[in-house]
Amino acid sequence: MSDDHVYMTLAEGHEDDARWAYGTGFEDPLHGVDIAVPEGVDAGEVAACCLALGDDALVSAQRLAEWCTRAPELEEEVALANIGLDLLGQARLLYGRCGQVDGTGRGEDAYAYFRDPGDFRNVRLAELPGGDFAFSITRLLVLSSWRLALFEQLTASPDPVLAAIAAKGVKELAYHRQYAAEWAVRLGDGTEESHRRMRTALEQVGPYIGELFTAYDVRDEVVAVLRQVTEAAGLPMPAWKPSPSSSSRGYPMPGAGRDGDHTEHLAPLLAELQGVARAHPEATW
Amino acid sequence: MTKTDSASSAAGSTDPRLDGHDEQDLEQHFDATIARDQRIEPRDWMPDGYRKTLIRQIAQHAHSEIIGMQPEGEWITRAPSLRRKAILFAKVQDEAGHGLYLYSAAETLGADRADLTQRLIEGRQKYSSIFNYPTLSFADVGVIGWFVDGAAICNQVPLCRSSYGPYARAMVRICKEESFHQRQGYELLMTMMRGTDAQREMVQDAVDRWWWPSLMMFGPPDDASPNSAQSMAWKIKRHSNDELRRRFVDMTVPQAEKLGVTLPDPELRWNAERGHHDFGTPDWSELQRVIKGDGPCNAQRMERRRSAHEEGAWVREAASAYAAKQSRRAREGAA
Repeated sequence: MSDDHVYMTLAEGHEDDARWAYGTGFEDPLHGVDIAVPEGVDAGEVAACCLALGDDALVSAQRLAEWCTRAPELEEEVALANIGLDLLGQARLLYGRCGQVDGTGRGEDAYAYFRDPGDFRNVRLAELPGGDFAFSITRLLVLSSWRLALFEQLTASPDPVLAAIAAKGVKELAYHRQYAAEWAVRLGDGTEESHRRMRTALEQVGPYIGELFTAYDVRDEVVAVLRQVTEAAGLPMPAWKPSPSSSSRGYPMPGAGRDGDHTEHLAPLLAELQGVARAHPEATW
Repeated sequence: MTKTDSASSAAGSTDPRLDGHDEQDLEQHFDATIARDQRIEPRDWMPDGYRKTLIRQIAQHAHSEIIGMQPEGEWITRAPSLRRKAILFAKVQDEAGHGLYLYSAAETLGADRADLTQRLIEGRQKYSSIFNYPTLSFADVGVIGWFVDGAAICNQVPLCRSSYGPYARAMVRICKEESFHQRQGYELLMTMMRGTDAQREMVQDAVDRWWWPSLMMFGPPDDASPNSAQSMAWKIKRHSNDELRRRFVDMTVPQAEKLGVTLPDPELRWNAERGHHDFGTPDWSELQRVIKGDGPCNAQRMERRRSAHEEGAWVREAASAYAAKQSRRAREGAA
């Protein structure tokens, strides 16, 4: 290997520059997928679904990024970043689809950086502050189990792009859920302190679970996963109340975050996320 | 600490593997292996000094990867586009991965990761001084990629031929990823230079702040570098500090021209006679101050690493307790 080679080529043009976008992978998950909305599919409904799931992913990725340089061990540093990157990738694909079907033609950054908190449609559980590792693992367990069940259904979506995004996401989310479940068991069945912290985390997460079941019928799958994990960990099931509108189905989805009703924690999260972009609205990055 | 101690003594004269060979024979064999440019592997006999030098160098390198996540990691949550956010997040994750391989390479020499981490947070082992400077704008992310990863590549590409096998192999993978990071940093700067006046100002400001600290990454001048000669003889290190620094300057100048930024050195000019650039002397007293702990962010970087480690203690304890319970259950199940 020439010592100089890697460095000397820097100033030359690279045709694949634009491909540096997707983190560590280069495969375009939407390659060859027809982007036209099929006849009979409600474009508004597809857009609302993409926006809500994109917002869940972006806000979750932002919370996971806060762990960077603060994780309890290097392996966890790598794993939490991996999960954050997967979710960020999902958000980008979902926003991309949203811009194609909502009639505005907006790009991913318009959704992420130039909407105000009241326009975000993420569930409130995603926006709660990071808390300790037990809280983050508990939240990840609930959100990844739920999102995996949703994405499994969406692989059969009549919108081919949403179906392709979901198919890619299913593989990622299965890993997220596995990671969270393994840690939940380790912490629940670890030391007295880790057990106590997991109980507290379940109590904190509980009140936000009902909001997840306001659209698509995935409640049973999620409950089954939580039951299995909490049993293995020697922990109680989290308690939650069903959302008042849980009988309704489809999008737009009623209830709290999905209606744009957020906790006080979303605005500061977005202020940090959007600050640089909004300070330079004419800039390209 | 125990692993390091036992490994060091195992490598010394009490090594039961000596089996009638005296240490002189082993040393001759070792020297001949180095002279033939062949690799030393973990199970090979090696002089204590070689082992200690390598552990020190690899640990310092691993610590640098981990502390080096901080200055850029600060910008992941603020990156101004989702594409840049993904690139930066992945880069910082790669650095954690590099730290992991390097700690593993150090463990092949008998060191222990937990012990090395303890030495770092107690200030008994160093990391690269460059990470004690602050990141003041998003342009710093690009300039760190261009200069800091660039300088790291200049330092590390020759280490891919280091005499110690596991270190050399770790460096191959790390250099590939770092050259990718460097291109990403440079590409960010190119994009910013084509953007608004404010963006161009940000880039020039970041270049002005990072240039001299980057030149210091190659270490003190050769006549003031106490450990270099032995490391060169052992082929742990392949080029002198000044040689690598000169190479970095020669490579960077045309890139700066193409980018349209000015490197902040009035003495910088091409010397046709020597076939290299002439350049000014870094402020070596600044390097000494930063190494001694008096840089702009030393305290902050160490505090973050220490608090992450301490706040994570209960998680690591829980994982060990769980693993112990599992193996006890497996034994009881088998009985």
